[in-house]
Amino acid sequence: MTRPAASWRRFLMASAVCLSSALVPMAAKAQEKVLRIGMTSADIPRTLGQPDQGFEGNRFTGIPMYDALTHWDLSKPDGPSVLIPGLATEWAADAADRTKWVFKLRPGVKFHDGSPFNADAVVWNVQKVLDQSAPHFDQSQVGVTVSRMPTLKAARKIDDMTVELTTSQPDSFLPINLTNLFMASPAHWAAKLAAVPADVADPKERAKRAWAAFAEDPSGTGPFDGIRLVPRERFEMVANKAYWDEKRRPKIDRVVLLPLPEANARTAALLSGQVDWIEAPAPDAVAQIKSRGFSLYMNEQPHVWPWQFSFVEGSPWLDKRVRHAANLCVNRDELKELLGGLMAAPKGTVPPGHPWWGNPKFDIRYDLAEAKKLMTEAGYSAQKPLKVKTITSASGSGQMQPIPMNEYLQQALKECFFDVELEVIEWNALFTNWREGAKHANARGANATNVTFAAMDPFFAMVRFVSTQAFPPTSNNWGYFGNDEIDKLVADARTSFDAAERDAALARLHARIVEEAPFLWVAHDVGPRALSAKVKGVVQPKSWFIDIAPMSMD
Amino acid sequence: MLSYVLRRLIYMIPIVVGVSLVCFVLVHLAPGDPLVSVLPPDASEALKAQMMATYGFDRPYWHQFGLWVGRALQGDLGTSIATSRPVASEVLRAVSNTLLLAAVATAIGFAFGCLFGFVAGYFHDSWIDKAASALAVVGVSVPHYWLGMVLVIVFSVELNLLPPTGAGPDGSGDWAWNWAHMRHLILPAVTMSVIPMGIIARTVRALVADILGQEFVGALRAKGLGDRGVFRHVVKNAAPTALAVMGLQLGYLLGGSILIETVFSWPGTGFLLNAAIFQRDLPLLQGTILVLALFFVFLNLAVDVLQTGLDPRIQRG
Repeated sequence: MTRPAASWRRFLMASAVCLSSALVPMAAKAQEKVLRIGMTSADIPRTLGQPDQGFEGNRFTGIPMYDALTHWDLSKPDGPSVLIPGLATEWAADAADRTKWVFKLRPGVKFHDGSPFNADAVVWNVQKVLDQSAPHFDQSQVGVTVSRMPTLKAARKIDDMTVELTTSQPDSFLPINLTNLFMASPAHWAAKLAAVPADVADPKERAKRAWAAFAEDPSGTGPFDGIRLVPRERFEMVANKAYWDEKRRPKIDRVVLLPLPEANARTAALLSGQVDWIEAPAPDAVAQIKSRGFSLYMNEQPHVWPWQFSFVEGSPWLDKRVRHAANLCVNRDELKELLGGLMAAPKGTVPPGHPWWGNPKFDIRYDLAEAKKLMTEAGYSAQKPLKVKTITSASGSGQMQPIPMNEYLQQALKECFFDVELEVIEWNALFTNWREGAKHANARGANATNVTFAAMDPFFAMVRFVSTQAFPPTSNNWGYFGNDEIDKLVADARTSFDAAERDAALARLHARIVEEAPFLWVAHDVGPRALSAKVKGVVQPKSWFIDIAPMSMD
Repeated sequence: MLSYVLRRLIYMIPIVVGVSLVCFVLVHLAPGDPLVSVLPPDASEALKAQMMATYGFDRPYWHQFGLWVGRALQGDLGTSIATSRPVASEVLRAVSNTLLLAAVATAIGFAFGCLFGFVAGYFHDSWIDKAASALAVVGVSVPHYWLGMVLVIVFSVELNLLPPTGAGPDGSGDWAWNWAHMRHLILPAVTMSVIPMGIIARTVRALVADILGQEFVGALRAKGLGDRGVFRHVVKNAAPTALAVMGLQLGYLLGGSILIETVFSWPGTGFLLNAAIFQRDLPLLQGTILVLALFFVFLNLAVDVLQTGLDPRIQRG
């Protein structure tokens, strides 16, 4: 028979051993700095190098894990985010043949799997989306990549650290477009291919399986290395302590990405401590988020929330006075208040201070008297209002809050003798009609469309809306706006190969666009995100992207 | 019984063909571009044509339908356009998550629904009946996504007792019946159980009230059977209908709730459908709808067979 005192001693000792064995790993885990991010997407953006889910994909599974030849500077909150060297240290177009570019590569860079980054890797990564005969060509990566670098044709190795890229036509936008081509590891992919069972004989099927395996265990050169993918639920990355850029060597040990598409669910996840960072918190929860000690970050993004006017015969927007009047009739400060401060007032497609700004002569502002004067000159009055029709959607990527915003515009423009008819259609239908154009039956007789857009590079920001070569169905010049003068400005910009000259040409183009006003510029999004106060070193640049690498956690 | 089951299985063939046709037609009737998730709107026409050919959208509809059905018969539901993952594995993972959620929600709904229903029916027209009926009406009427949000605010945001989203601390892949995982299940399951609870309670209440008014109950009492014995007979008589309603409710819940699964980011079929709809991912949408429709068909069959087994009076023609 055991004495009670001895039993108690044994029980206490056993408890102490159990407790200590439980606490040791907990302590180790507690020291690990883990950043959990609630994204707006419904799935983990693709992890194999070319992310989907728009720029949120580039933001979370592109830039943290991969590098491109050129990068956006995400280190400053003020001023525009400009192009800087990435895996290429310098580049120039061939003076004799402007379709050829030579890129000098950064020495000493390694992929996460330990293989070296070199010219072969660049050629391989160009082939993965452009060369249908390459064994690793992947159709699923083509759409999101090629359309963002439409003129890139091929790559050729000059030596280990030099590569030549060829474009289909002289195109000074190429270095900007290359921020979208992320470098995946050829050696790691080859290892995945070798691991595909031998009974899979079809080379295309083998390549497909190798890419699927690569997506689950990716390898780039970026500051974080992807280690665990649970489709549609979570993706984990760990710090790459050997990252080549000392300033971007991660201080956070692990980043966990969670898709939380519903704004209230994201907000609840943040407030309950399930995540440390959410994208786009529910606007009505902003005050609560702040009151609980979370930090709200926002900055003007290269994003435009517009009405894009139709210039087809019979459109009421053909008269420039009417287009200017609409731009002068909207009190954007009032609209900002309506949106809880989550917007910035635009002065054009890019803001003053941007290299492409160009000092346009038309100042986008709120000037009711001037707007009414212009409308009176154009022959309209309260008794004889101008009927216009705009198509929009109830929701959609980047659309912010389309219904209340459009209803506000409807009300505001009434002051200036506009009689606005709004037709709300399904987001995908609206988006598809963006390519079909104003003349298409799916435009439903509208003379303006409300599709928001990113203005990161010159093609996306301007060219596709104003070039006559971008008329539907080629690109997004929905309203058939354009003329010889604008086309010449586009051509000048495309063929100015000195970066400063190119920017000056783009500034001239932007100034003329603002003066001609093919849009009603309503708002820029500010990319709101809420973070726990324990996340330090957060810099939100004027960009769609944000750099996690320099951040730290208490 | 065996011939009945076989006959029902044969009847299912035209149903399955009809379901797959309706599913294909509905998905293709919806507006929008099926390549919207992989092709930005400014992609060139040549690139668009190349992608349309790659995914087979350039072929006539009858050809696309034939290919899809042919592959589906071999267990291949195609490849998701947005993720390049096989649709079958995506749907299977989602179905297993929804099955877990639906089973727990149905169990809660059935247990409380029967409890409220029997009590209300047994104490017909008393205050207990009124209270239980009121609860059932609330259960049927309250918008469950709203209830979900309220539960999240109370139990996650304010009390910090339960997690508001997800299917486990590390995702649903390694689900285990431990507290770390089960705490993720509580709020969505309770939210999801409210409607079946209300429906079952109302059905059972009406049944019990009806059965109690029948002559055989009077005969039982006249023979001197006590309340407990009478109650047992009432339960036995009400069980087949209650079970049938439960089966139907389980079928509805297996379809997943887009709203509940989105509110709680529960990676089930509703969450998957939501993503597929927003990305216009046609193969994923078709595959998910087909699997869910087939589930419903099989579940109805299972309930019918079970009912026949439970109640010999039911003669299936």
